[in-house]
Amino acid sequence: MSKEFFNKKDIDRALTRMAHEITEKNKGTERLCLVGIQRGGVHLAKRLASKIKVIEKKEIPVGSLDIAFYRDDLSIRKEQTIVRKTDVPFEVTDLKIILVDDVLFTGRSIRAAMDALIDLGRPAAIQLAVLIDRGHRELPIKADYVGKNIPTSLSENVEVQLEEEGLEDRVILEKMGFEE
Amino acid sequence: MLTEKDLLGIKELSVEEINLILDSAAAFKDVLGRDIKKVPTLRGKTTVNVFFEPSTRTRTSFELAAKRLSTDVINFSVPTSSVVKGESLIDTALTVQALGADFIIIRHFSAGVPHLLAKKLKASVINAGDGTNEHPTQALLDAFTIKEKKEKVEGLNIAIVGDIAHSRVAKSNIYCLTKLGAKVRLIGPPTLIPEETEDLGVVVFHKMEDGLKNVDVVMMLRIQMERQGKGFFPSTEEYSKNWGLTLDRLSLAKGDVIVMHPGPMNRGIEISSEIADGPRSVILEQVTNGLAVRMAVMYLLAGVKK
Amino acid sequence: MRILIKEGHIVDPSQGIDVIGDILIEDGKIKEVISQKSDVRSRKAPPHQPPLSKGGIKGGVSSELRTIAAEGMFVIPGLIDMHVHLREPGYEYKETIKTGTAAAIKGGFTTVCCMPNTYPINDNASVTEFIIRKAALEGLCTVLPIGAITKGQKGEELVEMGTMKDQGCVAFSDDGLPVMNSLIMRRALEYSKAFGVPIISHCEDLTLSEDGVMSEGLLSITLGLKGVPAEAEQIMVFRDILLAELTRGRLHIAHVSTAGSVKLIRDVKKRGANVTAETCPHYFSLTEDSVKGYDTNAKVNPPLRTKKDIEAIKEGLKDGTIDVIATDHAPHNRDEKLREFDFAPSGISGLETALSLSMKLVDEGVLTMSQLVEKMSLNPARILGLNGTLKSGADADITILDTKKEVRVEAEKFASKGKNTPFDGWMLKGFPFITISKGRINEWQ
Repeated sequence: MSKEFFNKKDIDRALTRMAHEITEKNKGTERLCLVGIQRGGVHLAKRLASKIKVIEKKEIPVGSLDIAFYRDDLSIRKEQTIVRKTDVPFEVTDLKIILVDDVLFTGRSIRAAMDALIDLGRPAAIQLAVLIDRGHRELPIKADYVGKNIPTSLSENVEVQLEEEGLEDRVILEKMGFEE
Repeated sequence: MLTEKDLLGIKELSVEEINLILDSAAAFKDVLGRDIKKVPTLRGKTTVNVFFEPSTRTRTSFELAAKRLSTDVINFSVPTSSVVKGESLIDTALTVQALGADFIIIRHFSAGVPHLLAKKLKASVINAGDGTNEHPTQALLDAFTIKEKKEKVEGLNIAIVGDIAHSRVAKSNIYCLTKLGAKVRLIGPPTLIPEETEDLGVVVFHKMEDGLKNVDVVMMLRIQMERQGKGFFPSTEEYSKNWGLTLDRLSLAKGDVIVMHPGPMNRGIEISSEIADGPRSVILEQVTNGLAVRMAVMYLLAGVKK
Repeated sequence: MRILIKEGHIVDPSQGIDVIGDILIEDGKIKEVISQKSDVRSRKAPPHQPPLSKGGIKGGVSSELRTIAAEGMFVIPGLIDMHVHLREPGYEYKETIKTGTAAAIKGGFTTVCCMPNTYPINDNASVTEFIIRKAALEGLCTVLPIGAITKGQKGEELVEMGTMKDQGCVAFSDDGLPVMNSLIMRRALEYSKAFGVPIISHCEDLTLSEDGVMSEGLLSITLGLKGVPAEAEQIMVFRDILLAELTRGRLHIAHVSTAGSVKLIRDVKKRGANVTAETCPHYFSLTEDSVKGYDTNAKVNPPLRTKKDIEAIKEGLKDGTIDVIATDHAPHNRDEKLREFDFAPSGISGLETALSLSMKLVDEGVLTMSQLVEKMSLNPARILGLNGTLKSGADADITILDTKKEVRVEAEKFASKGKNTPFDGWMLKGFPFITISKGRINEWQ
């Protein structure tokens, strides 16, 4: 049983707002860059970069980060994570990095992403932008920029579907255990 | 996903599993290009290298791979251990397991030893060479190197030259490359290439000039001096004259041919120095790739539910 | 002590008998075999049977009677295994005469001939005497020693065959090793004629087999194990056959394992030479595929070969080229087999599975039951000058076997110390129900 929480327009409006918030908080785009977490975060990071370009008329670097080697749940996951590309084609030292992910849940992915970033260099600062915050943090992690807060229960699943993956832009909330 | 907790040979791997290892190796090669060449993914695990045969390059490669994955590494070298005092193979293995080994990397002069250990031990057993059976990580790194240079393995003409009968590297490569769809040729004296090998899906040549025509890849094997005394070939001079890789012979291959060698090389015998140091050689890259492939193997094995 | 085996299916090729009937045993000897056909009218107890009395003596003859109901079972002369390694003296950790003979009777064998590759080697009368004495004390069946051909099995000097025969040796063999030197083999065949004993040859050209551990072929290549070509056996079979013809000595070829050897033996028999041959159950039951996975339980010398060889061996058994089925029972300690394939000792612990594996030949129509009894009892008896018969007056060596019940082979439960068998877990029929050795009943659940 699934319910559509966000449609294509909702997603676009949220991203536009977030792009404004990012440039407002950082007073422009100086030493700013975006790094998307594989896979969902990567597409969103690119979209945010485009929107920021429209607002500030400046291009900022975008990278993608695979966190498979930094996860803390290697032995308990049912299936081993597929390793994807890490492509950060710029020096991260002294830059302000906006980490971008689609859904913020326990916070463990973000922790792994921070470890991965710090192995790449010494960023001046790391901020977090997520499209959906569904609560249930297990670590003291907080997003700086949020598209939407969706309160969920642990038996539910939040999925962000994007055009870049060949689907329609939307966010759905699924109750698990009903479908098979 | 790999299905077995151990890597015993290419024979036991499916094409999907081989490709999974090669794809993962690409990601690890990336890591090796960074300043911090280490990832924390297998932190807290223990790797034990148990080498019954001397080997600096393979052992160092595995040791480095294990460390880059953040495991703790112990080297268990036979001459310095109680095996000399007559401890049985099984007892040595159980002792190593009792020390908490998660990975046991074993090289032994007797075929089937990794298989025996894999049955008896809970740890993941990686075959670093068992007698004349297999040396799977070598074949995987060779396939990775070919894929990197030629974009694919399927359909390529690949020649393996030398002592096929006694070479575990040759065997593993034969299995791997045929599985990936390459057209494999073997070149060497009849005493070193048993007839039945043709049943493995390869074509056998006894003359370099015939076998090297139009090949995309030439893989040279080290000729072992010990074989000379046992009637396999009369002298290294004769061997070199007939089956050594010279520039003349190499010119029969395709223009963009690559030359490989698992090392260590007998310069001037099976391969000339100009080729070994020349532009067609990828021998040193094989070494770098070996590190990435071994990291990939350990990472993927760690993810197999036991 | 009298024993009456009732209503069994008696098969005794020495007398040409194949009937339902009874056998009466008295004081360790066969008294009489009564075919039910001759008694078709009166189904009562045979008239000669004295009245029963519990444990008392009647007229000096003990009349305590044990009746064994053998309905639905075969009753055959006790099997004779002319190729067994009992390991004692010297290798008692692998097997002893006591445990080996216990395994033998469990397998239906009432006589075993033990090979001389013990420690010390049985190449002199003292060791022969020891074996005979130990067997008399602890053996559960008859044990007949086979002496070595050469001193120390070194292949250089002949042993004192005459003296050893007097002490009890029934044949001579360097088994475990061939006699590589053709001159010595020739002399052995010539010399043995004086004593009327066969020379049993382990045919293997050591220079060709070198450190091979399995059959040579595509499988040995893919397993990375050194192979032994079939020619290693065939070359020596041919050589020994020619020497047998030259010397007119008695040659018996041990553990035939290849199609080529069967053909050579068939040809020489046509020429009328005094050559006999044996094979073992694993050579008509398993191929080299059993070695896959580096299972040392399938490591045996000569090695397991191919389907073609199995077919040829079955043909050879059927047409009489191969006279005997022996076990080459080779027990080893568990730790010795639990190691690198290259270094594990060769051998299968075969006494307790031989009969049931051989029964499959009867099921498949390769042999009749009578022919099977020839291969496992009568022919070995003829070659070694023993009995192998249910004739009146013979020793009561009798095997009663159940061919209907299917049983799982459980190596852990073997009476032999050697649990090394590739047949562990197999479901087989044809296990002995009772084995009677010189009148002594051996039975188990």
